[in-house]
Amino acid sequence: MHLLHVAIVLPLMYALFAGLFARWKRTIHTGWFILPLPALLFIYFISILPGVSQAPLFASLHWIPSLNINFDVYADGLALLFSLLITGIGSLVILYSIFYLHTSEKLGHFYTYLLIFMSAMLGIVLSDNLFVLYTFWELTSISSFLLIGFWNHRDKARYGAQKSLLITVAGGLSMLGAFFMLSHVTGTSSIRTLLLQTETILEHPLFPVMLILILFGAFAKSAQFPFHIWLPDAMEAPTPVSAYLHSATMVKAGLYLVARFSMAFTPSDLFFILVTGVGLLTLCWGSYLALKQTDLKAILAYSTISQLGMIMAMLGFGSSTAILGAVFHIFNHATFKGSLFMVAGIIDHETGTRDIRRLRGLLTFMPITATLTLIATFSMAGVPMPILNGFLSKEMFFTAATELAKEGSLQAAVAPYVPIFAVFGSIFTFAYSMFLFFRPFTGSKDEADFPNKPHEAPAGMLISPSILVALVIVIGLFPNLIAGVLLAPATESILGGKAVTDIYFWHGFFNLPFLLSCLVATAGILVYFFRKRLDGMYRILPGKASGNRLFDGLVYSLEAGSSRVNGRIMTGSLTDYFQIILVFFVGVVGYTIVEKMPLDFMSSQLASVEWYEWLILLVIGLSAIVTLFIHHRIALILVIGVTGYGVALLFVMFRAPDLALTQLVIETVTVALFLLCFAHMPRLEKPGKKAPIRKILQIVLSVGVGVIVAVTGISSFRFGDQFEKISAYFLETSYTLGGGKNVVNTILVDMRGLDTMLEIAVLGLAAIGIYVMIKVRDREELK
Amino acid sequence: MEYAVSILAGLLFASGVYLLMEKRLLKVVIGTVLLSHGAHLMILTMGGLKKGAPPLLDDSISQYTDPLPQALILTSIVISFGVTSFLLVLAYRTYKTVKTDQVDQLRGTDDE
Repeated sequence: MHLLHVAIVLPLMYALFAGLFARWKRTIHTGWFILPLPALLFIYFISILPGVSQAPLFASLHWIPSLNINFDVYADGLALLFSLLITGIGSLVILYSIFYLHTSEKLGHFYTYLLIFMSAMLGIVLSDNLFVLYTFWELTSISSFLLIGFWNHRDKARYGAQKSLLITVAGGLSMLGAFFMLSHVTGTSSIRTLLLQTETILEHPLFPVMLILILFGAFAKSAQFPFHIWLPDAMEAPTPVSAYLHSATMVKAGLYLVARFSMAFTPSDLFFILVTGVGLLTLCWGSYLALKQTDLKAILAYSTISQLGMIMAMLGFGSSTAILGAVFHIFNHATFKGSLFMVAGIIDHETGTRDIRRLRGLLTFMPITATLTLIATFSMAGVPMPILNGFLSKEMFFTAATELAKEGSLQAAVAPYVPIFAVFGSIFTFAYSMFLFFRPFTGSKDEADFPNKPHEAPAGMLISPSILVALVIVIGLFPNLIAGVLLAPATESILGGKAVTDIYFWHGFFNLPFLLSCLVATAGILVYFFRKRLDGMYRILPGKASGNRLFDGLVYSLEAGSSRVNGRIMTGSLTDYFQIILVFFVGVVGYTIVEKMPLDFMSSQLASVEWYEWLILLVIGLSAIVTLFIHHRIALILVIGVTGYGVALLFVMFRAPDLALTQLVIETVTVALFLLCFAHMPRLEKPGKKAPIRKILQIVLSVGVGVIVAVTGISSFRFGDQFEKISAYFLETSYTLGGGKNVVNTILVDMRGLDTMLEIAVLGLAAIGIYVMIKVRDREELK
Repeated sequence: MEYAVSILAGLLFASGVYLLMEKRLLKVVIGTVLLSHGAHLMILTMGGLKKGAPPLLDDSISQYTDPLPQALILTSIVISFGVTSFLLVLAYRTYKTVKTDQVDQLRGTDDE
């Protein structure tokens, strides 16, 4: 057991106490009890950072060794970058939530879910075992589901929670399938060992399947096109949750997965096409849709989608510049997007609305919030100012996009088109960022009609976004502060080799990426000013082709379809069920007979038939057929009696005296019973007309069953007496062992006495059942 | 002989199954009776017919019919009798409670 194990499990253990804290001191906000834990973990991860960048940490803990599933942890640069984000932003979010959530909320629930989530996230990034990773992966889905539905009295929160769970769990399950294949192909479930077997994986015929399944999991989690639809609906969660889960951590789990496996997968062209293609598409689609939104958090959600797409695209490029850019942007995005969500929460909290159409002129009321928003949005837009970290990573994106041609023949073929997508996405990013700042904060304050009177947020609420925004500027000014210690090890663990990690503070004026940035800024300003003209375009695209419609339609038609199928099959009519059973019996057995069993008749050992035996057979057969057509009660019973006595006569012919006796007695009693019952039952009138199709089905099925039984009986004789019968033993020992000369009776009570005992039990039960049915009901009727 | 009895058993099965698909409860019960007759004849036939004397030991006889199927059928006759009588009373009860003996109209009662 290593300290890393403790670090992963500690929040989970601590979650057990969150509810207790919430009940124990109602006057103190529960968040204060929770806050020290992520802070402590953050300090721990900082302290092991220098050591890990030299030599990664590995520790093993047996869990299910027989299945090769062990709780192995592996901390390298990439894992630590994520761990620091999780614990660092986690601390800030908890601090923020202390001021955001009122003590009247269900705080115990909130912090329990949040701590479970933190544990799960740390588990994902630090696990070295595929299946342990999957376990934590699903734990994030579940805790995220609980957090989105935190205000579960709202319909929209429940809808959003359900949608996100359905999509991310579908992705998670397909990922599990890929993990099974991966561990089968490579013979190990350790991610480190598995990544070294690039050739084995890439040359395996299952590789495309594995890749697609694993990417489905990653794309669903990281809200990539077309699985992005759950993220905007997840905005019903409390804002600290949106800031933490849906901008900084959980949505990056998919990125982590792609980054982690890219060492093995990068040489594959399919990996490049899928990851880059989906990434670029998501970048453009997300930023295009973000401009349309009117809700602050919805804009941020689509913006997150588009930024994640950009990082995904860079991971797909696979060049060392691109990977460095991706890692850098993962860090940067967490800083500015986290602060933006918190700012959106502040605006919501202080004005009572998040609708951007109602917000106007907040600059005078909330100067500090406005400053924070200004820096964060400009950083997100990548405004060409080198004090913003977003600008630096966007430059790296452009650099990587323009240099793509060096990477390989396929990359060279698509290289000319990639910057077009990159620039298109960035123009819209620029436009919505400007919209996000200028619309709520500028303009005349008189127009405003806010639900609450707006004023500056309390200091405590501003601490967390201030720290993040300070990071934006510090990293923007001195990128190499983190480049050496944090980004370099992360890049190296993705690439699996040495990386060049000098981030230039300023590239100079005349290079392609900078010119592209200027182009983006100019075009972005134009789009911002003429955004009203775009309305027509949004009606055409997405128009009716939106993913939400598809998802809702899919869920609806699944439910409607299955209830229709159920309604058709589960009619409630016993006859229908019986017919279904018979159709399968006739179909399956009939097919097997026709297909597998050539009929050959063997008549050498068969007994001959006398004329009186023919007569009995004929009588039984006729009476059986006649029962179908009789509608008179007494006649029906008599015919049934004829059948029964006929069978008894057959038993006499076949030298079975005990059977004949029993059959005679029982037939008599049965007929008596029938007579007794029929006296209380209504007359059997001629039945009404049945639908002809039902009549035909009834005839076909019964004839089918009869033919199958007859054919099975006849064809079973061709096996003859292949094996010696056990009856010889019974005949031999009936007297010597059983002391009886009637062999049938000896078998019944000596050799196979258990059958007889249970048969007596059956009779007894039937008698008790009949007694109860008659007596108990009679008593009820008397009352 | 065996072929003839097999065909008879098939006929009994066909009539039994046909009656099971009828609308009246009593016809359904009669269908089960016919089915059990068919099954008994089938078991007996499978052991081979008329190959010797009844299985009552006697020093002068050397060839007996197979006693095991007879024992099995004896058990089965008793069990199917138990089930048939139970079904009959059940049908009677059903008619008394829900006032119909039409299988299609049996859709549960209100006090369920």
